[in-house]
Amino acid sequence: MPMKNEDLAALIKTKFPEAIMSIASFRNELTLTVKKDAVAEIAQFLKKNEALDFNFLSDLCGVDRIETDNVFDVVYHLYSLSKNHRLRLKASVSPDAPSLPTVTGVWKTANWHERETYDMFGITFEGHPDLRKILTPEDFEGHPLRKDYPLDGRQPATLRDIYRKDEA
Amino acid sequence: MTEASTTTTTTHLMTINMGPQHPSTHGVLRLLLELDGETITKAVPHVGFLHRGVEKLAEYRTYHQCIPLTDRLDYVAPFSNNLAYALTVEKLLGIEIPERAQHIRVLLCELTRIASHLLWLATHALDIGAMTVFFYCFREREAIYDIFEMVSGARMHTSYIRVGGVSRDLPGGFAERTHKFVMEFPSRLNEYETLLTENPIWKKRTVDVGIISAEDAIDYGLSGPSLRGSGVNWDIRKAEPYSQYDKYQFVVPLGKNGDVYDRYRIRIEEMHQSNGIVQQALNILPKGDYLARIPNVTLPPKEDVETIMESMITHFKLITDGIHPPKGEVYASIEAPKGELGFYLVSDGSSHPYRLKIRPPSFVNLEALPKMIEGRMLPDVVATIGSLDIVLGEIDR
Repeated sequence: MPMKNEDLAALIKTKFPEAIMSIASFRNELTLTVKKDAVAEIAQFLKKNEALDFNFLSDLCGVDRIETDNVFDVVYHLYSLSKNHRLRLKASVSPDAPSLPTVTGVWKTANWHERETYDMFGITFEGHPDLRKILTPEDFEGHPLRKDYPLDGRQPATLRDIYRKDEA
Repeated sequence: MTEASTTTTTTHLMTINMGPQHPSTHGVLRLLLELDGETITKAVPHVGFLHRGVEKLAEYRTYHQCIPLTDRLDYVAPFSNNLAYALTVEKLLGIEIPERAQHIRVLLCELTRIASHLLWLATHALDIGAMTVFFYCFREREAIYDIFEMVSGARMHTSYIRVGGVSRDLPGGFAERTHKFVMEFPSRLNEYETLLTENPIWKKRTVDVGIISAEDAIDYGLSGPSLRGSGVNWDIRKAEPYSQYDKYQFVVPLGKNGDVYDRYRIRIEEMHQSNGIVQQALNILPKGDYLARIPNVTLPPKEDVETIMESMITHFKLITDGIHPPKGEVYASIEAPKGELGFYLVSDGSSHPYRLKIRPPSFVNLEALPKMIEGRMLPDVVATIGSLDIVLGEIDR
């Protein structure tokens, strides 16, 4: 039987009373917002604790919330294969120094997810073994999923600009 | 007579580039391989050649306008992508959809699974050198695509599933045609198996190749057949049933060794199971609405739009302005043919998604490729890529 969300939250809260900033539930999904420096430690606990057993990192991504709260969120979606429950972990980083500890030591799959988040938002993960861009080309400048990045892109020259400027 | 001079042997590693233009990388995957003779010492995948910024585009579209974007992720399994996205938005809205629509979705998603696995089998076998299988598989895949065309009007980018149901009811003649396919298909599957399953060449290329242990598979976040090949029993259709999957009888096949051969056996068995689900769905399929009637979410019936002023206004508002879900965030995932396909949606209450994150199974599955091939021989790369069943459309998004 999967644990109830309240029990899940209570268990984690007693272990990390300081680091858990808020607990929310929406559409029966539990979200814990935690302090960014404690992310790796909490992740380790969530994986190793036998009652929680979050052995599967489904997803990791960034969210740009600069307009409303002046932060980037980093969102972790965890799942437990044995207990069949899910949890969303969130940590906020400031846009001036967007960085937080890596969880690659906890789940190997975090490697590419963190690279993608770095690529799309410019958030760096301290201790990541190989933090390179992953989806955008090498000479690409900027972080396209930030809200201040225009939809049309910012790349100075398209092929049309280079080869067909007389046609316009 | 000169004495054989003592030659100094130097180990010289060679780096070769495989892809992005390579027939067996299934699209535009580029691999940098470091070779010691024919043994791979290091493999570095490079992705992103097909990056179209789908997640960025979604932020500038209304909720319904995102559906065609999802078709183009895993472009060999459009119904599954549509469904995962629709379920996410429905979860955010907190709406229930009619039973008929749910069963239609299951039916089409299982046909999609068969079509996707057929493409996998065809190309996988072709990569390893068994060409006949390719022609056989495409024959059946063609029959499924004809059914898709009949249902949605399109063969590949179907955009058929809507938030709240499906875009229109199943057409006349659908049941007969699908029934014919379902009856024929198991014998066709056996035909493929006679070509491969006990074939010594096939077994030499696949048994004990590209092994990953259950523990590693979970650590690397593998899902779908690639995870179950290692013997991990996790199928979202069973663990967190959506769209009435709990009403269907089917078995989740599991492997033992986590090698290419096990993943092959699993997908073959999954096609049998999916065929069974389609058959059950045809029998279950209840009468009723194919689209929930929820004001400000789903379009009113066409005949109302033509005769009732208010319906026309609703229709106009929905098309131009779109749905306004409540503020909040949800994550929903389904068992797509390739694994866990999830959407994470953040809504700020406006008519556009504030953030749409796609969790594509292929992206995560591909990450484990170096682990599977490092220390192995060069030809194993091709077999292992094939067994992961990746589609670059959803890796690069």
